[in-house]
Amino acid sequence: MEKHLHCKEFVESISNYVDGDLSEELCAELDKHLSECENCRIVVNTLKKTIDIIHEQAENEKIPEGVKDRLFYRLKLEQFKK
Amino acid sequence: MINEEAELLNLNKLQSGDPEELTKMVHQFSDPIYRVALRMLNDPAEAEDVLQETFIKALRSLKKFEGRSKLSTWLYRIAVNESLMLIRKRKPEIPITQDDNDDQDNAGISVSQIVDWCCLPESEFLSNETREVLNAAIQKLSENLRTVFILRDIEGLSIIETSQALELTETNVKTRLLRARMKLREELSVYFGEKLTEY
Repeated sequence: MEKHLHCKEFVESISNYVDGDLSEELCAELDKHLSECENCRIVVNTLKKTIDIIHEQAENEKIPEGVKDRLFYRLKLEQFKK
Repeated sequence: MINEEAELLNLNKLQSGDPEELTKMVHQFSDPIYRVALRMLNDPAEAEDVLQETFIKALRSLKKFEGRSKLSTWLYRIAVNESLMLIRKRKPEIPITQDDNDDQDNAGISVSQIVDWCCLPESEFLSNETREVLNAAIQKLSENLRTVFILRDIEGLSIIETSQALELTETNVKTRLLRARMKLREELSVYFGEKLTEY
């Protein structure tokens, strides 16, 4: 008999699912559940989008130049900083 | 995110104190270490202290580095420990924020926000306001969840690297990551759910 996956079980695996870190068999079960459950589709899509936003926001963050200068000075490496 | 492939470092030179090689290491890793400290502490001055202490400790202990993990993983571990020490100093009477459920299995995860906000314009996701909402949500996470989330989702470490940096089991990393991600999704869903009414 085919196993029927519930939303609760889906949520427990959702993080590994979006990371592609699941067995093929479990992944297929989750895909099947997703095709039938709109709420879980929304949760997985908004979770993926949350992770995307975090990546995009973090991508261009750089250390301020003054902070870097003081770091090299403290490490006595300022004369090697190009 | 650290790209160790960008510029391979010579460990022998680092361990013998070659200043040019040390400079390369600091150039390569100062952005991510500062970012981790800033996200852990939400205070630029404290993040700068952690950055400096991390590299001072690293330079002092490089000779003892055995290469069992990546150099970056080792530096992350020092930075996280330094950040946690500062958090403890800030509020010595309060233990590090822990959620008793952080390491329990995944059975207790609840989902309350079922709002599809993915259709909002891309500009909403990249706005400064969203950045602030996200930062505030990250600060609300317990330290246990925050450290895992920062290393895995902001710095892009693998599950194994995150477990090495934090000396946790892979199962614990995955559990904490799930909880952190779901909490942030809930917070963003509340925020973007309100935005949806404007469109």
